[in-house]
Amino acid sequence: MSLTNDYIKQRLVEKFGEELTSFEEPFGILSFTAPAALNLKVMQFLYDDEELQFRFLTDLTAVHYPHQADAELAVVYHLYNFREKVRLRLKIFVPVAAPKVFTATKLFESANWMERETYDFYGVEFVGHPNLKRILNVDEMTYFPMRKEFPLEDQTRIDKDDEMFGR
Amino acid sequence: MLEQPHINLPQGSIEKQTTTLNLGPTHPATHGVFQNILEMDGERVVNSESTVGYIHRAFEKIAERRPYYQITPLTDRLNYCSAPINNMGWHLTVEKLLGVQTPKRVDYLRVIIMELARITDHLICNGVVGVDTGAFTGFLYLMQYRELAYEIYEEVCGSRLTTNIGRIGGFERNFTPAAFQKIEKFLAGFPKALKEFETLMTRNRIFVERTTGVGPISAERAMNYGFTGPNLRAAGVDYDVRVAHPYSSYEDFEFSIPVGTTGDCYDRFLVRNAEMWQSLSIIRQAMDKLKGLPDDVYHADLPAYYLPQKQDVYTKMEALIYHFKIIMGESDILPGELYNAVEGANGELGFYLISDGGRSPYRLHFRRPCFIYYQAYPELVKGAMLSDAIICLSSLNLIAGELDA
Repeated sequence: MSLTNDYIKQRLVEKFGEELTSFEEPFGILSFTAPAALNLKVMQFLYDDEELQFRFLTDLTAVHYPHQADAELAVVYHLYNFREKVRLRLKIFVPVAAPKVFTATKLFESANWMERETYDFYGVEFVGHPNLKRILNVDEMTYFPMRKEFPLEDQTRIDKDDEMFGR
Repeated sequence: MLEQPHINLPQGSIEKQTTTLNLGPTHPATHGVFQNILEMDGERVVNSESTVGYIHRAFEKIAERRPYYQITPLTDRLNYCSAPINNMGWHLTVEKLLGVQTPKRVDYLRVIIMELARITDHLICNGVVGVDTGAFTGFLYLMQYRELAYEIYEEVCGSRLTTNIGRIGGFERNFTPAAFQKIEKFLAGFPKALKEFETLMTRNRIFVERTTGVGPISAERAMNYGFTGPNLRAAGVDYDVRVAHPYSSYEDFEFSIPVGTTGDCYDRFLVRNAEMWQSLSIIRQAMDKLKGLPDDVYHADLPAYYLPQKQDVYTKMEALIYHFKIIMGESDILPGELYNAVEGANGELGFYLISDGGRSPYRLHFRRPCFIYYQAYPELVKGAMLSDAIICLSSLNLIAGELDA
């Protein structure tokens, strides 16, 4: 039996009802949002269910939307089903003031470093992570550099004057 | 794993039960800038901790300011042993976002370049496993074919290591007859060299005993650790993005996915060798398929994103406008969100791209296979000898550029 996006959606809605929102299918990948408290329950359900079997965490990262009040940070999980070759995207929105998300390391060993990377760049705190510290940046860093409040230098600025390069 | 009883030493004794050993950050055996702090009991690894990030260059942040075509050189520097695959992966991602259908000839030319890149990557990895087990000959002997592959890149795009090959929509120029001649030369000469390499290594008793049972991993653990590519296939899972989610007309080719059983260093070596033969066969098929196609098509008809011919820029109004818009990064890109993956030389290389319609991506995340599977290293080497830990490191094919992005 081939697993269709409609069927996955149906199973998820049966299980979690109104809790899951924003079902979309951009470029063929079923994408939806779950409340922060439910991320592990949803992934566990997707993992354990005999038909769904999403047992591979392809990717985990975050996105910063500074204009969405109380839901500034999105944690994005890409799950994969090896048998049916289906991808799935799960999003969790958390406020930037208290970005707490349950860790997926109990379910997927691969989440360990990916969560550390997400913490390193966005400051998402993964509750229950065994070793949540910076991974690519220096340990002494006090900010989370991938957030949108740290823009790269504006290429059109005029207050800098360089004799050799004109700017 | 050999259990050794711990010896109880009197208080204040200078004899320690375990010693700490730093493997890296810069050591010939690490093949890149990353550190492993090993806790050793005699010559056995009790525990290890990996530190990465020494060459972190913030590509994801830089990409948020650059127009799409300027991100290609950033992808070069991920897995620099097979830069063309990264470039093509990025082009395919943007083309998917734009909804572009490339002509068959472009797809086949891309397949040729990508498979060449896969061969060069596997060839380095397997050569290095040989070097770390004490056989320098194979590495040195195969290197001349990597050189030939680099000459082919040079013929196509002008550069060798960080290639920046191709453009969004196709290639920047057509393949020259010299490029095709060199590909034919590669196809004629490389099988012989690879055969000799296999004769030297595959049934070599020293090599077999040195690598079997070193750093094994079960299929289940490998999937849980996020393994992809040859390392996952060596553990017995036949997952290959080229087959599972074909891109660039891979569905037109006939090839098999080599798999191993135990996921140890020897299986990884065999899988990579077998993949090189498959890649050769794919290149051969692509060369044959090209004969039936018009030989002047090398890009999609995509005036708003693909740079026009230079003489047209000087003589035609539309070409001038498009040229200006593309160079200034003012081409319209639709808003969208997609994940696109290609089969990189050491695993699934994914691009998670969010566009808000601006001149550069709102968010671009690289799924780097190395970064994800390297976290299994402490488990792979636990209880192994130090020299086995080093072979395990090289047979995982870790590329520092991809580890750190």
